[in-house]
Amino acid sequence: MKRYFTRKVLIYLLTFFIAVTIDWMIPRFMPGDPVLNMLAKAGSVHAEAQEVMYGYLTTAFGLDLPIWQQYFNFWKALFHGDLGVSVLQFPRPVADVIKSAIPYDLLLLIPSIVLSWIAGNKFGAFAARSKKLDNTILPVGYILTATPYMWLGILLGWVFAIILKIFPISGAFSYALKPAFTWTFIKSVLQHWFLPFASLFIVQFGGWAIGMRNMIIYELEADYAHYLEALGAPKRLIRKYAYNNALLPQLSGLALKLGVIVAGAMSTEIVFSYPGIGYLILMAIQNSDYFLLQGCFLFIIIGVLLANFIIDIVFILVDPRTRLGMQGGS
Amino acid sequence: MGAEKKTNEILYFALRNGKLKIGLVIVFIFVAIAIFGPLFSKYPLNEFVAGGPNPPSADYFMGTTAYGQDVFAQFVYGLRSTFIVGIVGGGIATMLGMLIGFLGGYKGGWLDEFLNGITNIILVIPTFALLLIMVAYLKLRGVVLESIFIGLTCWPWAARAIRAQTFSLVSREFVDLAKLSGMGTLKIIFGEIAPNMMSYLFMTFILQFGGAILNAATLDFIGLGPTQGASLGLMMNWATIGSALLLGYWWWFVPPGLAITAIVGALYIMNVGLDEVFNPKLREM
Repeated sequence: MKRYFTRKVLIYLLTFFIAVTIDWMIPRFMPGDPVLNMLAKAGSVHAEAQEVMYGYLTTAFGLDLPIWQQYFNFWKALFHGDLGVSVLQFPRPVADVIKSAIPYDLLLLIPSIVLSWIAGNKFGAFAARSKKLDNTILPVGYILTATPYMWLGILLGWVFAIILKIFPISGAFSYALKPAFTWTFIKSVLQHWFLPFASLFIVQFGGWAIGMRNMIIYELEADYAHYLEALGAPKRLIRKYAYNNALLPQLSGLALKLGVIVAGAMSTEIVFSYPGIGYLILMAIQNSDYFLLQGCFLFIIIGVLLANFIIDIVFILVDPRTRLGMQGGS
Repeated sequence: MGAEKKTNEILYFALRNGKLKIGLVIVFIFVAIAIFGPLFSKYPLNEFVAGGPNPPSADYFMGTTAYGQDVFAQFVYGLRSTFIVGIVGGGIATMLGMLIGFLGGYKGGWLDEFLNGITNIILVIPTFALLLIMVAYLKLRGVVLESIFIGLTCWPWAARAIRAQTFSLVSREFVDLAKLSGMGTLKIIFGEIAPNMMSYLFMTFILQFGGAILNAATLDFIGLGPTQGASLGLMMNWATIGSALLLGYWWWFVPPGLAITAIVGALYIMNVGLDEVFNPKLREM
């Protein structure tokens, strides 16, 4: 158990280290002197921002210092939670701006990932090798996974918000309301949440259903399945074993797909002007707010690493082999 | 003689496979539109030819944008960008994946540990975040450059899969025989190992091709697309910023997404077909 975790944590720490290094390196070594560009652009948005930026640049970026010292200072600032100042929402610190966006991301990502994974797997297993369903689930599932998240978002928004006027098209809650713990507010939040959630859910659902359908077909061709069949075991039992075996690759598939799902959530937020990190990124790009962009990058990495770690823990809970292997190892 | 017979058998199953045929036909239709479409475009790309928005008509096949640009011109040139991204981005990612997967899987030892470590680390970092931070700092962005960046960040899962496949082949007799006969590493990899997993490599390329297209669409949509020219993701970005949804200009935002979905979906379905052709166990009974 200990060895497994130390190994995993080590990989994640190393990944974080490399990600921070990339975050530090890219603005410095990209052609065209982006740091100076950043300053010039900041000045054009807010005159007084330029001075603050310059102050930050000299402490955190420390452009006149030797390279290794610059790198060291970057880490130091990072551990103090100092990611610079946002140009877009001057003079709010970047960390602060991102913090207020994160709840919206979690609100979209966690339910859509968990629910689509469970529902997709169940449906895929149900459809596998049943002639009629299989012929519809296969093309429909592949078309869904091939759909760009934002396009499905655009279509859903167009049909349900513009034509049918059932749901609102933008924002996280009605502009007329102030955040409060009241029914009207919660209702407004749910109404605004539904369409972005639905577009994320539908695309992911297709992927999991297809994945499970393919896994089950492989499993049903495996020797143990044929053996059980020869023994005269009921079909339901064989399928249950196949399902349990297929769940594990689906779980590691989830870890692999996290990045794509996060990217999908980002673009969906843009469609619905949903104030999560994706929407911040669009704003940051349009206003050349590079500090904010770099902060978003770090937060996405941290989020994905944490999610990976959670999946590792789930793996131990679900897979008896990991547990046994770990007991034997320690 | 034996090889010829095997090719014939694969061809026989390929021609009978409905999924493969449907996928191929759809992809070819879009390739044809990408190649010949611009010849039929009446208006130059991105020029403000009409005063404002127009629904599709005989004059403007696919209507015009809110600013009066011809949607058909953007669509056909955007399709070209899509295929360039697929070929260049998917190609680079597949080749890097092959290089790293083959070397690690064949050589083993510290080299494998090292390459596998890098692969695992980049696998965890979301490609999209990496692309975001790299592309954001480029002032001038072109489709080819975007594709190269996509290729450079998307290889890890291919490397991992190819490494695993190589492992299973390395201990076979024909590889031992090649080693005994004094063949060099590269010659063994490309002469003995690669041909035995050709179908697998080809399918990896198709998946990378589709993945690169989707990645580019996301980047373009978020505002980091090519600074000149057209792409399908950019069209959706412009449409969203131009409030096409609120104003109901469906001809502006439906075609680009539909084309991406159709192309990538067709590629995926083609892949299932190929899997059935190469893997007799999966053929329909």
